[in-house]
Amino acid sequence: MTSVPVVEPPPRESPGRRLSTFFFRHSRVRLGVLLALPLAWLVVVYFGSLFVLLLSSFWDTDPFTAEVVHDFTFENFRRIIETPVFRDVAWRTIQMAALVTVADAVLAFPIAYYMARVASPRTRDILVIAVLMPLWANYLVKAYAWRTILSEGGVINWALEPLGLHFDGYSTVGLWLVFTYLWLPFMILPIYAGLERVPTSFLEASADLGARSLTTFARVILPLAFPAVVAGSIFTFSLTLGDYIAPGLITNEQFIGTVIYNIRGEALPTAAAYSMVPIVVVITYLFVARKLRAFESL
Amino acid sequence: MRGRKVRVARWAAFGLLVAALSVVAAGCGGGDDEGGASTEIEGLGTSLEEIQTLARDEGEVNIVQWAGYATLVDEFTAATGCKVNTKDGATSDDMISLIQTGAYDGVSASGNASVRLMTTGDAAPVNTDFIPNYADVQEGIKNKDYNSLDGQPYGVPHGRGPNYLMFRTDVVPEATDSWDVIWDKSGPYNGKLSIYDDSIFIADAAVYLKATQPDLGIENPYELDEEQFTAAVDLLKKQAPNVGEYWPGDVAKQIQSYTNGDSVAGTTWPYQYVQLTAADPPVPVKAIKPKEGTTGWSDTWMVYSKAANPNCMYLWMDHMISPEAQAAVAEGFGEAPVNLKACELTKNANHCAEYHADDESWWEDVYYWTTPVADCGDDRGEVCKTQEDWEAAWTEIRG
Amino acid sequence: MVESRVTRILLRLGAGVTLAFIYVPLLIIGLYAFNRNVTQAWPIENYSTRWFSVAFHDEKVRDALKLSLLAALGATTVALVLGTLASMAVARYRFFGREVITFAVILPIALPGIVTGLALQATIIDVLGPLGVSFGLTTIIVGHATFCVVVVYNNVIARMRRTGGSLDEASADLGADNWQTFRYVMFPQMRTALLAGALLAFALSFDEVIVTIFTSGAQQTLPIWIFATLARPAQLPIVNVVALFVIVVSIIPVYFAQRLAGSSGLTGERPKQGAIAASIEAEP
Repeated sequence: MTSVPVVEPPPRESPGRRLSTFFFRHSRVRLGVLLALPLAWLVVVYFGSLFVLLLSSFWDTDPFTAEVVHDFTFENFRRIIETPVFRDVAWRTIQMAALVTVADAVLAFPIAYYMARVASPRTRDILVIAVLMPLWANYLVKAYAWRTILSEGGVINWALEPLGLHFDGYSTVGLWLVFTYLWLPFMILPIYAGLERVPTSFLEASADLGARSLTTFARVILPLAFPAVVAGSIFTFSLTLGDYIAPGLITNEQFIGTVIYNIRGEALPTAAAYSMVPIVVVITYLFVARKLRAFESL
Repeated sequence: MRGRKVRVARWAAFGLLVAALSVVAAGCGGGDDEGGASTEIEGLGTSLEEIQTLARDEGEVNIVQWAGYATLVDEFTAATGCKVNTKDGATSDDMISLIQTGAYDGVSASGNASVRLMTTGDAAPVNTDFIPNYADVQEGIKNKDYNSLDGQPYGVPHGRGPNYLMFRTDVVPEATDSWDVIWDKSGPYNGKLSIYDDSIFIADAAVYLKATQPDLGIENPYELDEEQFTAAVDLLKKQAPNVGEYWPGDVAKQIQSYTNGDSVAGTTWPYQYVQLTAADPPVPVKAIKPKEGTTGWSDTWMVYSKAANPNCMYLWMDHMISPEAQAAVAEGFGEAPVNLKACELTKNANHCAEYHADDESWWEDVYYWTTPVADCGDDRGEVCKTQEDWEAAWTEIRG
Repeated sequence: MVESRVTRILLRLGAGVTLAFIYVPLLIIGLYAFNRNVTQAWPIENYSTRWFSVAFHDEKVRDALKLSLLAALGATTVALVLGTLASMAVARYRFFGREVITFAVILPIALPGIVTGLALQATIIDVLGPLGVSFGLTTIIVGHATFCVVVVYNNVIARMRRTGGSLDEASADLGADNWQTFRYVMFPQMRTALLAGALLAFALSFDEVIVTIFTSGAQQTLPIWIFATLARPAQLPIVNVVALFVIVVSIIPVYFAQRLAGSSGLTGERPKQGAIAASIEAEP
């Protein structure tokens, strides 16, 4: 005689399971729940405060107390467009950002390539740590150390002295060196990640097809790694664009960050209007970067 | 279809959000314009004893100061129970911004900050009954237009000093007595000038022009009409390429550059001079008030009208004008104290005499920092350049 | 190895130059921590360890260090939560505005810190002030979290794109509820990506100064303490000591994180597989 298994009714579902079933059936709701918190954060906290700042670019200020007065005006924008100093400073900053990006890309590529493709796993581990370490060294301390390095009696001039050369460190060139130094790890990491993704098979195929190292580099590696370079450049470009501390330490020249910082107390609306410049530049840069597929390489 | 509805809903939500934020932002923003002649600050005690008790509960005070002002801090904390946290301000504008964040209890305001703080209501009038040492402050410094309104004191004087011309004696002739070494005669020192990075420095150019171009008719270097202002700005633009560093209140930067020889002449506060001559080995510098006169400052401790720790702040103000603290800061910073009882306590018995604490005639050509306003204060009317104009000009001068 | 010997030698040289460029200034900072004098002249004349004891006894340093650690922990936590949620949504679903979210998440780190800082400060003073919110640890954490989210987001989304959704679906098919799927299937896959993101977020927050200046009020995180102290001539050497201390101490977590992440490393890449599999993987 076969015994018929007693079929027990399925256990009452816990609220958690019922919620999961609901989400399974209504995937849009699940999406909404996932997105609710991040979206609320972004929109309310971040874009909300940006909005508050940019709104003030349309206000005026009391000429004596510099308090913000809610009189709608385009004066601030007129001022930053028409006054030469604002244009000069913006252009100078963009140029510096571009030069720093190029320098960082050139310095980062060899080590990133070495780490990605040539080094043994052990060496690679050590190098990754070695590249990440400077991120933990405080930005200010690094900048101040460079101040000493660049000074009249500093390391660079001390090394150049026997050769009879002299380097005026407190200059735009000096600042370019400092920026290049500060943002270098941000360029190395994405390029390293990007180069790691290049399949060895492509390189072998290229060699099989008769290309020499340089051709392989120029026509296979570089195009594949380019999005990663652009991804790294987002950091080097934008970090240079807004910095005001390093320029203040190294040169006398004003950059976008220094102007915004200096006038923020007395002319907040003008500072807010002027911050539209880096905002527009960065957004444009991001659009271009996205087209170049850099977002996947961040 | 559903996608379109969702899209519309999203845009509607976004629009509502924008509208809501506009309303919020429109309602808020700007400073506090309740002037208020009341010395009442929320949380302030109603008697000296109550203030001392409440201060122990507060336990700390957050102060914006000029570098080097806070002295005998440990003694203060031991006596009152208030821990002192200081923030060095770079310029007066910087100090006003800091106070307006609402995170600080008080500030050592120079004239170009104090008047504005009084006007906006950020500084509260003080009840001098609660500040016992106030009675000993020099009469000549009380109830000035930069520390009082309509006879009501808005703070407690701290001390005063000039902005010196400081130069390295191994590069610049020791007998130098004029500002021309940083203006017309700066030739040999080009690239090694050290200039204060704030729009108020336009007044220093005006002081120089007052002596060298008398037909401009400059009387008060803070009240400049169009012609005078343009002349000052042009002078500064001519100087700008020769400046080695603009120091933004970061005294360590200037001290380091004079030590290294990167700067050989410029304008400075007495504090840097004291530090450089006290260094080991001492740096060969000399600091003078040149014959043309100079700008300077007479500073006032003010309490923020919405201070979180008003009781500790009141005790701090009393502490800073006590003879001991006045003596310490006068020598440490290199300024003239306002409580002359300090003169007996200074290590250098001649300090007060050397710093002209009691000699009003010496201060006649020291033009205290003050905020430029449109009203020239004389028969020219309201044609003078305002603080706003000075700021804008300074950005252009810096290039 | 595909690369020729010459190429490899050149690469080694280039890598060496870059490494030297990176580390010489750090070594100089380390040397100055042992500088006896207060002023930073070069070459260093006298060496001494006296500044170490001064630094250890300084109460303000300890307070600042504590505040920085708390802020970094808070910001990293917020970044982990928000970054994971957002990347799960973007990686696994198709919806209107998907591209925009990636853009919006990157923006805080791409926009200059002074703009973010000014915006947040203006909001805290004008909008939140009347509501009773004041500057403090919370505002610092909020400021840092805005740009920390992106580093977690990027790492996790890259990982999720690589692993695909089939395992998650299979888990659901087998009857696991959302939490079980997350715990047993999704989380193990993204663990190292989360770790890499968290480490980088922590480092970014710990070192941040510009946004913090605007969101901290009277509080001092370590970078703010450093900033204030660097401006005080008599205390410069303590800063070098503190900086050296932070660098040395941070070797520990970075090293362990790298070991835990395995040979895939902290960039979150999967270990190198066969050529074909790797080439398939290379497609986003």
